[in-house]
Amino acid sequence: MSRLNVFTQSKAQRVVEGLYQDLERRITASPPGLCPVDISSSFLKLCHAQTCGKCVPCRIGLGQLENLLEDVLDGEATLETIDLIEKTARVIANTADCAIGYEAANMVLKGVQGFREDYEEHVLNGRCLCHLEQPVPCVALCPAGVDIPGYVALVAEGRYDDAVRLIRKDNPFPTSCALVCEHPCEARCRRNMVDASINIRGLKRYAVDHCGIVPPPPNAPSTGKTVAIIGGGPSGLSAAYYLQLMGHQTTIFEQCQSLGGMLHYGIPSYRLPKERLGEDIDNILETGVQVKLNTSIGNQEGQIPFSNIRDQYDAVYISIGAHTDKKVGIEGEEAEGVISAIELLREIGDGNKPDFTGKTVIVIGGGNVAMDVTRSSIRLGAEKVSILYRRRKADMTALADEIEGAIAEGAEILELCAPKRIETNENGKVTAIYADPKIIGLIDSAGRPRPADSGEERIRIPCDIIIVAIGQDIVSGDFADDGLPLNRNAIVTTETGEVTGIDGVFAGGDCVTGPATVIKAIATGKVAAANIDNYLGFHHVISVDVEIPSARIDDRPACGRVNMTERNSNDRKKDFEICENGMSCKEVTQEAMRCLRCDHFGYGVLKGGRISQW
Amino acid sequence: MVSVTINHKTIFVKEGTTILEACQIAKMPVPSLCYLKGINDIGACRVCVVEIKGMERLVPACNNVVQEGMEIRTNSPRVREARKINIELILSQHDCFCPTCVRNGNCTLQSIACQLGVEHVTYKKVLPNYNWPQDFPLIRDAGKCIKCMRCIQICDKVQTLNIWDVAKTGSRTTVDVSRNRKIKQSDCALCGQCITHCPVGALKERDDKEKVFTVNAPLSTKKKICVVQVAPAVRASWGEMLGLSREVATPKRLAAVLKMMDFDYVFDTNYGADLTIMEEGSEFLGRIAHKEDYEYPMFTSCCPGWVRFLKSQYPDMVQNLSTAKSPQQMQGAIIKTYLAQKLDVCADDIFSVSIMPCVAKKAECDIPNINSSTKKDVDVVLTTREMVRQIRSMNLDIANIPEQEFDSPLGEGTGAAVIFGVTGGVMEAALRSCYYLITGRNPDADAFYAVRGMNGWREASFNLNGTVIRVAIASGLGNARKLIEALRNKKVKYDFVEIMACLGGCVGGGGQPIHDGQECAEIRGDHLYHLDQTAALRFSHENPDVIQTYEQFLGKPLSHRAHELLHTDHMGWKMPGEK
Repeated sequence: MSRLNVFTQSKAQRVVEGLYQDLERRITASPPGLCPVDISSSFLKLCHAQTCGKCVPCRIGLGQLENLLEDVLDGEATLETIDLIEKTARVIANTADCAIGYEAANMVLKGVQGFREDYEEHVLNGRCLCHLEQPVPCVALCPAGVDIPGYVALVAEGRYDDAVRLIRKDNPFPTSCALVCEHPCEARCRRNMVDASINIRGLKRYAVDHCGIVPPPPNAPSTGKTVAIIGGGPSGLSAAYYLQLMGHQTTIFEQCQSLGGMLHYGIPSYRLPKERLGEDIDNILETGVQVKLNTSIGNQEGQIPFSNIRDQYDAVYISIGAHTDKKVGIEGEEAEGVISAIELLREIGDGNKPDFTGKTVIVIGGGNVAMDVTRSSIRLGAEKVSILYRRRKADMTALADEIEGAIAEGAEILELCAPKRIETNENGKVTAIYADPKIIGLIDSAGRPRPADSGEERIRIPCDIIIVAIGQDIVSGDFADDGLPLNRNAIVTTETGEVTGIDGVFAGGDCVTGPATVIKAIATGKVAAANIDNYLGFHHVISVDVEIPSARIDDRPACGRVNMTERNSNDRKKDFEICENGMSCKEVTQEAMRCLRCDHFGYGVLKGGRISQW
Repeated sequence: MVSVTINHKTIFVKEGTTILEACQIAKMPVPSLCYLKGINDIGACRVCVVEIKGMERLVPACNNVVQEGMEIRTNSPRVREARKINIELILSQHDCFCPTCVRNGNCTLQSIACQLGVEHVTYKKVLPNYNWPQDFPLIRDAGKCIKCMRCIQICDKVQTLNIWDVAKTGSRTTVDVSRNRKIKQSDCALCGQCITHCPVGALKERDDKEKVFTVNAPLSTKKKICVVQVAPAVRASWGEMLGLSREVATPKRLAAVLKMMDFDYVFDTNYGADLTIMEEGSEFLGRIAHKEDYEYPMFTSCCPGWVRFLKSQYPDMVQNLSTAKSPQQMQGAIIKTYLAQKLDVCADDIFSVSIMPCVAKKAECDIPNINSSTKKDVDVVLTTREMVRQIRSMNLDIANIPEQEFDSPLGEGTGAAVIFGVTGGVMEAALRSCYYLITGRNPDADAFYAVRGMNGWREASFNLNGTVIRVAIASGLGNARKLIEALRNKKVKYDFVEIMACLGGCVGGGGQPIHDGQECAEIRGDHLYHLDQTAALRFSHENPDVIQTYEQFLGKPLSHRAHELLHTDHMGWKMPGEK
C-alpha cells in the first residue's frame, strides 16, 4: 500500500486554471463606464464561489450581501438597505476567518463608501449614474481621443498617409507618440479577452515610418486674432497647431534654444531621435506658427513680463511644463559630481554631451527619467551605472521595457537602498554614497508598499557621479506675482483649461497636472485650442476627410501579439541612435488584422464608434 | 457587380449590397427583428444571422455587405437553431401576455416566433420592475421592450430630439429617457415616431378609449351631446388594419361607422382645416402687409409636435408661429360655442371627441390656454389606432354598411382641407386662398403643385399678383431643425414655412396604423391628393359651412370673436425646461 501520491491536476482543474486566466484578461479589458454596483455584485458572486463554507460570515454573509446588492439593482431596496449592506460587510470584514471572506467584504465596503451616490441613485430613481459614453476602449483611454481603430484599419490597408492624417486630427505628434507614447490605449484593449492587447504604438510606428510627406491641412481663413503660447513643449505646440488651423495667429515663447519641451530635453535621442521629433514640429510650424526661442516670460531681468504678453494678445496659453528637479535632501547633495537628471538631459539635448568615460555612476530614482539618465550615462562611456532605489524593482514607476532595457545595457539595480549621505573628498568631489538597506513594508493608502527599516548596517557605495532623478517640479513663481492661482506650484485651471479667475488666460500640460505623459500634454493643448477658439468667439471644427475602411467580418482566431524588439544591447549602448526596431511588413499586417474593430462591433455600431470632428 | 451564392443559387448584386438585401433579391428572405432600413442596422437581435462558408461564426445579414464569391446559407440547421434560441432568449424577457397587447396580431416578435416555430421557451422568465407615469400621452412598457434600440435611433437620427437612450449597463441594460431625466421633464415632442417604429408593444399611446366608450362614459349615459370630429389624415389609413380596401374605407363609410358608435354628431375636421386657412391665411397676409411688425418667416402652428419642438429647441422663435390654433382646437371651440348656440345648450352639455393621426394632440387638448370655449374645447383625443381598435371590438361587417354624410353644419370640408393631412398640404391650401384674398379670383387649384412631394425640406416661390412669396415646407423634426438652423444662419430666407413633426405629414403620424418596416406616408398622401382632386370644392374660402359660420357667428376672419376662439398665445404655456 502506498502512502503518498504525486499531485496531478485533473482535467477539470486544468480547464478551470485556463478559465481563471481568461477571466483575468477579461477584467483587464473591462470597458470604462460600467455600473459600479453591478460590477460589485458580480465580483461578490465570484468571491462567494471561493468560500470553503466553514464560517458563517463568509458562507452566509456574502450570499446575503449579494441578495441586498441585487435588490438595489432591481429597484427593490430602500436607503436603509444601503446601511444594511454596509453593516453586514463590516461584520464580515471584522469576523471572517480568512481572506476569502474579509477581503470580499472589504471590496463591498470600498464600493459603498466610494460610490454611495450610485447606490442611492439606484434606490431612489431606479437608474444608474454611469453611461458608456465612449464605447471604444482604446479611444476612451487615449487622453487625446485619437481614432485608433480608424488608423489601425488604415495601416492594415497600407494607407499610411491617411493614417497619419487621421491621427493628426486629434494629435499633431504622430511620430513622437509612435516612438515614446506610454500607450494607455492598450490597457483595456478588448483583444485582451481573446489573447492580448493590440500593439497599437507599434502599428503607429509603422505608419509614420512608411508614410510619405503629409502636409498639414489648410488653415481656416484668418480671424485676425492672436494667441500667445508660453512654452513650446508638446502641449503648447499642439495648441498652436490647432489654433493655426482654426485661423488664429499663434506665437510661441520658448525659453530654450529648441522647441519640443521634454520631448526634446527630457527624452534621450536613442528613444526619440531629434530628427524624428523634428518631423512633427516641422509639420506644426508649417501652419504658420511664429516662434520666439530663447525667450523667457517672467519678472526677472531679460525676461518679458507676463502682463505685456496678456495685453498684446487676444488670449494666452501657458504650457511651461515641469522643468526643475526635486532634491533628495541629504548631506553632500551640493557636492561636485552630483547632477540633476533634468540638467543632464538638457545639456545632452543642447548637444553638450559630457564624457563619463571610466566613471562610476549612481542614479537615484525609479521612474522613467531615472532609466533615461541611466541609459544615457552608459552611452556617455560610464564604466558602471547603478540605480539606487528605496523600494523594490517591482515598485518602480518606470515602464517595464525601460527597466529591462537598462538592465540589458549593463545597469545594475540596487533595490531597497535608501540614500542617506554623500561622501566627498578634500576637493569637495563625490567619492561615495551611503545608503541604508531596507525591507519592503506595509502598503500605503495609494496602494504602494513603503520601504521599512531593515536593521542592517549602512553600506558605502563608491562612485564618481551621482544623478538625482526623483521627480520634477514646476517653475511658476513669477506667475504667482501676476496673480495666477497656484497650488503646490501647479497652475490652477478649470477642466476646460481656463485659469481660474483670469479672463482669456488658459493653461495646460505638466505645469497644471504635474509631471505627466506626452499624450496627456497633447490632449490639454487640444482642449485649450478648442476652448480658446470659443473664447475668441468662434466655433471652428477640426475634422479630416479620411474614409475609414469598413470592418471585416472575418473570424479572429487567438494569435500572439507582436512585441517590439530592440537593437542588440551591446551595439546600442555605444551610441545615441534609436534602440527600438520597427515591425516587419508581415508583422504589421498580422497585428493590424488582430484589431477587433470596437468602433463597429458591439456598442460602436449603435452609438457610432467615432468622433469624426471636434 | 458581385457574385454571391445563396443556398446554392448564384446571383449578381451591386457592390455594397447587404447580405439581407441580397437574400431578398435571391428570393431567400432572411427574418429580421431589430433592423430598420437606414435607421437601425446595429445587429442587436442576432435573428438575421446566416452562415458563410469558411467562417466559424454566424454573421448578421443586416449590417454586413456581400463580398465576391461569398457562399451564404440562410437556412442551415445551425442558422435555424441560432435564430430560434435567440428568439427564445428575447421571449424569456418579454411580457408575452399577447392577447391583451395592443400589438397582438401586429407584432414582429410574435410573427417571427410563429414563423420559426418557437413553441415553448426553455428559459426562466425574468421581467423588470418599471415605473412609468400612466397619465402621460406616451406610454413605455419595459416588460415588452426588446432593446432593439429603434426608438433611440428614430428619435436621434430622424427627429434629432434624443429623448431615448440606453440606460444602465450589464444585464439590466434597458432603454429609458436620456440623461437620467423623467419623461415629463423631457422635451419630448410627442411625435409618436418611436411608437410607430417599435416592433413590439413596448411603446404605445395612452389609451383614452375608456373615457369615451365604457358603460359609464358619456357616449352610453347620454347625459351629454356626444360629438366627434375626424382629422383629414385618418381617412387615408383607417381601413388598413381592418383589412379594408381604399374603395371600401371611404370617409363617408367612416362617418357611418362613427354614427354606429352612437355619436350624436359626426363632424369632419376638414371644416376646422378650412377655418384654419381663413384665419391663418388672413393672418399671413396681414403680416406680409406689415412686415416690420412681425418676426419672419411665419410658421404654421397646426402641428402640436412641431409647436412643442419649437418651444423647447428654439424658444426665441415662438413668436414666428401663427397664432391660429390647430384645426382640432378651432373645431372644438366652434363646437362648444357656435354649435352649442345652435342647439341651444351650454358648452358643458357637449362631450367632444376627436380622432387624430397623432399622439401630441392628446397633450394639445390639455393645454389650458389653448382652450377658449370652456375648460376644454376637445375633451378626449383618440388616435387612429385607438379608433380602429374600438371599431374592431364592435364586430361590424363594415363593407356592407352604407356610407353616410358627415353632419352639418360642421361637416363640410374642401379638397384644400383634405390635404392638411400630407406634408405641404397646409401650405398649398393657404396659397390657394391667399391668392383669392389678394386677387379676388381663384387660381387653378393645382397651381401650387410645386409644394408637394416627400422630400423632407422643399422650397418654392410664387408671385401672387405682384407679391413674391417664398415658402418652405419641412416634415420630420430633423429636417425642421436643419431648416431652422439655415434660417438662423441666414442661409435661407422665407416668408411662410409649413412644418409637420412627422415625415410626410400627418399621414405618417405617430397615431397612425403601424406596418413594421414600411413607411406608408407617401401612399396615404397620394390618396389624400386623389380625394382633393375629386372634391367638389377645392378652396377653403368656398366651404359653405365656414362661410355660414362667419356670417352667423364669427363675423370675419381675425374678428374679435375669431381671435378669442380661434387664436392662442403660444407663450402662454411652457414646455419642461422652457423659461
